[in-house]
Amino acid sequence: MIENTPEVKTAVIEFINRNFLMGTSQIKYEENDSLLEKGIVDSTGVLEMVSFIQDRFAVIVEDSELVPENLDSVSNIAAFVARKQQLQRL
Amino acid sequence: MMPTNSPKVIPAASAHKKSVCKDDLRIDAAAETERICAKIRAFMVKVKRRGAVIGLSGGIDSSVTAALCAKSLGRERVLGILMPERHSSCETTALGQCLANHLGIEAQLHEISAVLEAAGCYQMQNSAVKSAIPSYIPGSPFKIVLPAQGGYKLFSLVAQLPDGKIIKTRMNHEAYLQLVAATNFKQRVRKMIEYCHADRLNYAVAGSPNRLEYDQGFFVKNGDGSADIKPIAHLYKTQVYQLAEYLGVPEEIRSRPPTTDTYPMEQSQEEFYFSLSYQKMDLCLFAKNNGLSHESVCEATGLSPKESEDVFKDIDVKRGTTRYLHLGPELTGDVPEIQSEI
Repeated sequence: MIENTPEVKTAVIEFINRNFLMGTSQIKYEENDSLLEKGIVDSTGVLEMVSFIQDRFAVIVEDSELVPENLDSVSNIAAFVARKQQLQRL
Repeated sequence: MMPTNSPKVIPAASAHKKSVCKDDLRIDAAAETERICAKIRAFMVKVKRRGAVIGLSGGIDSSVTAALCAKSLGRERVLGILMPERHSSCETTALGQCLANHLGIEAQLHEISAVLEAAGCYQMQNSAVKSAIPSYIPGSPFKIVLPAQGGYKLFSLVAQLPDGKIIKTRMNHEAYLQLVAATNFKQRVRKMIEYCHADRLNYAVAGSPNRLEYDQGFFVKNGDGSADIKPIAHLYKTQVYQLAEYLGVPEEIRSRPPTTDTYPMEQSQEEFYFSLSYQKMDLCLFAKNNGLSHESVCEATGLSPKESEDVFKDIDVKRGTTRYLHLGPELTGDVPEIQSEI
């Protein structure tokens, strides 16, 4: 399913709140905040996020793409997913 | 003079250094040994235990811990336990026994493969590996490794197929967690056996993490992370080697490269956890702990400023992500009568 960036952001935020924060508001974060530095994810959390992205947005995350520039904030993830979906459309 | 809780460091040449060198980690081994031995004796009196049980891996850390306990308590009050399993290196038992013979302490052998088999450890490992590499044949060697640098520090699975071909692949989080959980059985079974003997003899269990391992969470909760006393947890690994030399730990143990001895494929501690040799990690951690910049380690370690910056960041990340391993159980209400005693 192809989704636009705001929809991706909403889905990612919903996943973070449900899966990592257990529905609490214990850790506040903004779209550009580092999920690692905020203490929201650790290395296992990154793997969970990758599984979520692959399943939810039907994109394949390559090993070389496992970098904070793609996965360490809501904004980065949304931009990454948009790029991947655009490539898949071509 | 008041006793301190830190080793006496022999100062390196200049007092206000901007860069670190290996001499910064030099300690007065004799004084530090005496200080630790006094602490061990005082602890045993406090907890009313008559000696120490130590799991012997044939590595430097457990050997120094056993040597310190033997020197502190007397060799007749130390029990070493050798606990190899089917994936252990053949050196593990031989070097552990060598150390026990050298110290003159009693050593007992418990081969733990049958316990692990019954608990499902190997079956869980095999199914996790097979889920990531469908052509994997159970029984073939495998290990998990970290990238040397760059990006996230995410483990990859490396396995050898029967034709000798090596496959390296990423695991999803379910497979990764299952593999780690299954493998952690090994450290937990060993600790269970150590506590069985400690209960039997009214001894305490001595754990053997060094400072790198303790600080960076390189241990299994309720496994090798569990102990009543950790005599070398404040010492950088370089300093553990200094004590080993002072205590006369056999050369074959001191010259053995550090290994995890956990997976059936040969694996260094660098590729499993630290990404750097212990000598370099020691210098980075020492510099960071002493308020020096990441550039201060570049000359001694050969790291570029960017690489040393990444190592410093990774130290903080590991501290954060492994904090859970150090925590005791959380109570959701106060029990002041007990908590005040802890």
